[in-house]
Amino acid sequence: MQVSSIELDSVSKRFGSVEVISELSLTIHSGEFIAFLGPSGCGKSTLLRMIAGLETVDGGEIRIGGERVDNLPPGARGVAMVFQHYALYPHMTVADNLAFGLRNIGTPKDEIARRIEEAARILEIGHLLARKPGQLSGGQRQRVAIGRALVKDPKAYLFDEPLSNLDAALRVRTRVELARLHQQTRATTIFVTHDQVEAMTLASRIVVMNARKVEQVGSPMEIYGRPATEFVARFVGSPAMNFLPVQIRDRGGLATAALGDGSIVETDVPLAGLPSGGELRVGVRAEAIHVREDGSVPGRVEVIERLGDRTHLHVRLMDGSTLIAEDKGFSRIQPGDTVHLAFEGATAHLFDAAGLAYHARQ
Amino acid sequence: MTDVTLSSARPVAAKRPGGASIGPRWTNALFVAPYMVFYVLLLVYPLFKGIWMSLLQSDMFDDTSKFSGLANYYRLFNDKVFIGTVWNTVLFVVMTVPVFVVIGLLLALALNRSDRTAAALRAIFFGTSVLSVTIVTIIWKMMYMPGNGAIASVMRYFGLDPIAFTTTASLALPAIAITTIWWIIGLPMMLFLAALQQIPGELYEAAALDNASRARSFWSITLPSIRRTMLVVVIYEIVAQFQLFGQAQLLTQGGPNNASRPIVQFIYEQGFRSWNLGYAAAASEILFVIMAVAALAQFFASRKRVEE
Repeated sequence: MQVSSIELDSVSKRFGSVEVISELSLTIHSGEFIAFLGPSGCGKSTLLRMIAGLETVDGGEIRIGGERVDNLPPGARGVAMVFQHYALYPHMTVADNLAFGLRNIGTPKDEIARRIEEAARILEIGHLLARKPGQLSGGQRQRVAIGRALVKDPKAYLFDEPLSNLDAALRVRTRVELARLHQQTRATTIFVTHDQVEAMTLASRIVVMNARKVEQVGSPMEIYGRPATEFVARFVGSPAMNFLPVQIRDRGGLATAALGDGSIVETDVPLAGLPSGGELRVGVRAEAIHVREDGSVPGRVEVIERLGDRTHLHVRLMDGSTLIAEDKGFSRIQPGDTVHLAFEGATAHLFDAAGLAYHARQ
Repeated sequence: MTDVTLSSARPVAAKRPGGASIGPRWTNALFVAPYMVFYVLLLVYPLFKGIWMSLLQSDMFDDTSKFSGLANYYRLFNDKVFIGTVWNTVLFVVMTVPVFVVIGLLLALALNRSDRTAAALRAIFFGTSVLSVTIVTIIWKMMYMPGNGAIASVMRYFGLDPIAFTTTASLALPAIAITTIWWIIGLPMMLFLAALQQIPGELYEAAALDNASRARSFWSITLPSIRRTMLVVVIYEIVAQFQLFGQAQLLTQGGPNNASRPIVQFIYEQGFRSWNLGYAAAASEILFVIMAVAALAQFFASRKRVEE
């Protein structure tokens, strides 16, 4: 099995006069499972397609396994791609779909047969080999598409939103299978998705992209726990992080945030380094805001969302701002109730007017 | 989920309201009646009338006719001119249909782009199809004229002797074929374009990652994807080109020496020039059988597509 690193060295891409990727540099380590996460139109698929060779590179270099590839045709780059709509050849049987790429490079017949057999065993598609894609279910097609990548023994796997066409249950199952497959193959993998859950559960590192630039690169828990920007904080995690405008006071070098209604959130964010002027907001996730009798922030519950294991409360504070707090699964709180909320200040972040985050010391 | 009532509840009517019911209702036939009337009047009746006429010996001058069995058919199969027209027509179909498929597909492949040049060229290539046969033959007469025709002028410019296309026996039918292809190449091109645009671009991207060359992609992806359209084009063109008439009538009058006379022109001349209605009807029935075979082939082809 081949394993290779992928290096992007200030790559740029323009469509006409619009620059969709600007001087992006990133190293994907050998054997790593990395996710490109971002909303539609952020440039993540374009970046993946540039690595695959399906889009030209307007500036910079792409290297796979140390070899410069951005001037090579897609087939010569040694990567395999799984497309969003699978892109199986509709007139060929599953076996021919798997064999097509190998035949094109003159792989011996018995070697093709061996690889197809192995891929079919791993993906449990042995009974489908004689069928055509039209006779397969969505999940089976997905497996064949992965199989087509697997037989090539590529230097890297590129997945372009491969789970978005599956129903919810199948998506969760396939996610686990992809994770298992990566544990078996340990192949360098890039996974493009707009689903933060897929990115969090599968990837060892996540590249969060927005509006054609990288917002943050980090492990799932870094992205979740210490989001670099307001965009990352809002995009990753469900429900999205709460943001409330605050006034900052000094508490022995740490920032104490005073909410609009005058109540206090004691953060662990160091005062030094915070911008002196300008508006600041505190960012707190729902799971760090609890209903407690001694809670210092009063508010009125407007909407209740019961998720079974926990309950999300949409609370309007006295100054009119709203936030989402979390309560236990069997919460007795009703809409219209007045509750007192306690903030876990240690996990709170501060954000400046430009959306840049300030965290507690690690 | 809660039920949401969008309209106020109606009181239960004593009479069952109209609407869906089980079983056929004869009044539904009224919807197809207008079509059926015209279909029977203009297609079914003339068909059988034609078959009946082909069995008669008709005289248009004194308006008498007598039953003569298969005499007309017997005469046809011994008529060298008629056999010649069948041969000419088959030759014309063989000359034009493969060209319609190949050039139609090549044009479609070349113009399957979204830029303005391609759009303009698509319009131009399709544009000739809307011209009437009279205009088309006038244009090509001006091309083929040996005296001061366009082709003759070009040939003279290169020091060559001009060729009399429409009056040379071996060139008359090819000249009509070229005219016909120029005239209606737009339709096969459009059909192929529609088929090509149905092929997902991702397939070609997957093929590129699978190291497929352009030729390999064409053979393994493009051709299998447009197989049905190709069949439709072939069958449609066979049926259409067997009905060759206007171009031959106007460009060569079937000459020289019957070299470019097609079946339909023979029927026209027998029926409307020589007033041999029974004889013309018999020739029509033979053409009908040839085209029915092609139409049946199309029917089976489209049925197979549904089954797939």
